[in-house]
Amino acid sequence: MRNLQDIFIITRRQILLLVRVPEVLIFSTIQPVMFVLLFRFVFGGSIESGQPGGYVQLLMPGIFVQTVAFTLAGTASGLADDMKKGLIDRFRSLPISRSALIIGRTLGDSLLNIVVLTVMGITGYVVGWRPTGGTGNVLLGFLFLLLFGYALSWVGVLVGLSAKDARVVQNVSFIVTFPLTFLSNAFAPTTGMPRALQYFAEWNPVSTMVAGCRSLFGLENQFGATAGSFPSENPLLTSLIYMVLLMAIFIPLSVRKYARAAN
Amino acid sequence: MKSIIAEDLVKTYDKGKVRALDHLSLDVEEGTVLGVLGPNGAGKTTTVRILATLLNPDSGRATVGGIDVVKHPEKVREIIGLSGQYAAVDEILTGWDNLVMFGQLYHLGKKQAIARAEELLEQFSLTDSARRPIKTYSGGMRRRLDLAASLIVKPKVLFLDEPTTGLDPRGRQEMWEVIQELVKGGVTLLLTTQYLEEADQLADEIAVIDHGKVIARGTSDALKKQVGGERLQIVVEQSNISKTMEIVSRVSQSPASLDEGMRLISAPVSTGSAALIEALRELDSAGIHPLDVSLKRPSLDDVFMSLTGHVAEEIKEEVKK
Repeated sequence: MRNLQDIFIITRRQILLLVRVPEVLIFSTIQPVMFVLLFRFVFGGSIESGQPGGYVQLLMPGIFVQTVAFTLAGTASGLADDMKKGLIDRFRSLPISRSALIIGRTLGDSLLNIVVLTVMGITGYVVGWRPTGGTGNVLLGFLFLLLFGYALSWVGVLVGLSAKDARVVQNVSFIVTFPLTFLSNAFAPTTGMPRALQYFAEWNPVSTMVAGCRSLFGLENQFGATAGSFPSENPLLTSLIYMVLLMAIFIPLSVRKYARAAN
Repeated sequence: MKSIIAEDLVKTYDKGKVRALDHLSLDVEEGTVLGVLGPNGAGKTTTVRILATLLNPDSGRATVGGIDVVKHPEKVREIIGLSGQYAAVDEILTGWDNLVMFGQLYHLGKKQAIARAEELLEQFSLTDSARRPIKTYSGGMRRRLDLAASLIVKPKVLFLDEPTTGLDPRGRQEMWEVIQELVKGGVTLLLTTQYLEEADQLADEIAVIDHGKVIARGTSDALKKQVGGERLQIVVEQSNISKTMEIVSRVSQSPASLDEGMRLISAPVSTGSAALIEALRELDSAGIHPLDVSLKRPSLDDVFMSLTGHVAEEIKEEVKK
C-alpha cells in the first residue's frame, strides 16, 4: 500500500515536471505531429498504398508505433539526468522501496504517451485518418501502443542507469530506435528491401506492432509481410510475446541495477 | 552512547585497484559533531555513503543509531538525513514542490508534508523563493534547501558531505549559522570538510583522514596544538636576518625557523595579532623594516604536514558512482 503511494508520488513528480516546463510536453508532441504532416503530404502522394482512404491509413499506425518507441530515449535521458544531479542518491536514502522510483518514472512516461497519442490521433483525423475497426478494437490498439511504450521504457531505465551522461543516452537511444523504426513496415513496403533486411523487418517488433495496430484499426495487413510467416500471420500475439519478454528481462535487470547503482 | 560506529571499513573500486577506505574506524557520541577532515580523494564521501546505506563496504562493520547499515539499511534510512556535495533537489521543481514531495516520500501525509515544508522554508529563510524553480536559486540557497530536505523527519543522525564546498564566503557563513542552530537542537552530526576552519567552527571533535584511514583524532584545540596554531611570518633584508630571528624567537617563545632563499622567518604564536604587533614594535625599535609581514592560520596542508610529513595530496576525483 505504502509502496503504491510512493509510486504515485513519483509519477506525480513527472506530471509536475511537465506542468512546470510545458515546453517538454509541447515539443514531444510537435515532433510526432510534424512527422504525421510530413509523411502524409510528402510521401502520401507517391507511395502506392492500395488502401481505400489512401496512405494516411497505413501511415498513422506506423507513426504511433515510432512515437511510443521513443519512450525508451525519454525514460533513459530523464533517469541519467537524475543520476548526474545526485537526485538518485537522495531518493535512495529515503525510506521507500528501491523500485518505487523507477516504477513511478515508467508510469509517468506512459502518461505522457497518452497525451501525445491523443494529440496525434486528432491530427491524423484532421488529415484524413479514419480507422474502421470499431471503437473497441481501436481502443485495444491504443492499449497495445501504450504497453509497447511501457515495455521499452524499462529498456530505457537500464540504459539511463548504465550511462554516465544524459547526452550520450540520448544518442545511444536514437541509434537503437531509429533503424528499428525504419527497418520495418511502418512507412514503406518491406518488399523493396534486400532479402536479409526483409527478413529482419518481418520479425522486427516495430513491424509486428504496426501490423497488429493496422488490423485493429480495420486495415488489411499491407506493406510487404510475406504471407505465411509466423509474425505476419499473428502480429498481435507476436507483439505481446515481445513485450512480455522485454519486461521479463528488463524489469529485474533494471531493479537490480538501481539497487546497486552505487556499488 | 555512540550514535555512529564504523569499524575496519574497507572499500575498493575498480576491482581492487583503487583503495578508497583502508580499515577506517571512527565513532560519534550521541548529540555531538564529528568533523571528518581530509583532502579530495581521502575517502570522506565513501565513508558517508557507506554510513548512509548508499554503498556497501567490502568488509568491516558499521552501525548508525545502533542499527547495522548493511543488514537493515531500510531501518537506518528512517532515522538519518543526508545532504551531499551536490544539492540533490529537483531543479525544475520549486522549493515548495521539492519539500512537499520528499515529505510525502517520508510518509508524512499530504497536510503534514505541506506544514513541515512551510516550517522548513521559514527556518532556512527560503519562504520568499518557495514558489520559484530551484534553478533560479543561488548556490547557497540550493544547499540550504538540500539541507532542509534532509531534515524533514527530524533525523536523529545527520550526514553532511562537504556542505560548503563551492560556496562563496557569505554563503559559507550562512550555512555555518544554519548548522550551528541545528546542532543546538541535539542532532548527532557527521560532517566532512576540506577546511580546517570549518571543522574548527562546527565540530566537537575532528578526525583527520588520509588515504582511507583516520590518521589523527581529537578536539580542534588539541589538533591545533599539535599543528602549532598560527604562524608569524616575516620577510626581511639579508643583513637583518639574525637580529630578526632573535626577536621572533623571543616573541613566540619558541625557536624561529628560517627559509634562506625567501629570507622568510617564521614561528608559531599563540596570541595571534597581539604577537604580530609586539614583534613589529620590537623590529621598529631595532630599526628593522620588514619587507613582508603576515599571520598565517594553519591550513589543511599544515595539518597534514605536521601529521604525515607530506602535504595533502589530491589523489583523484573521489569516486561517486
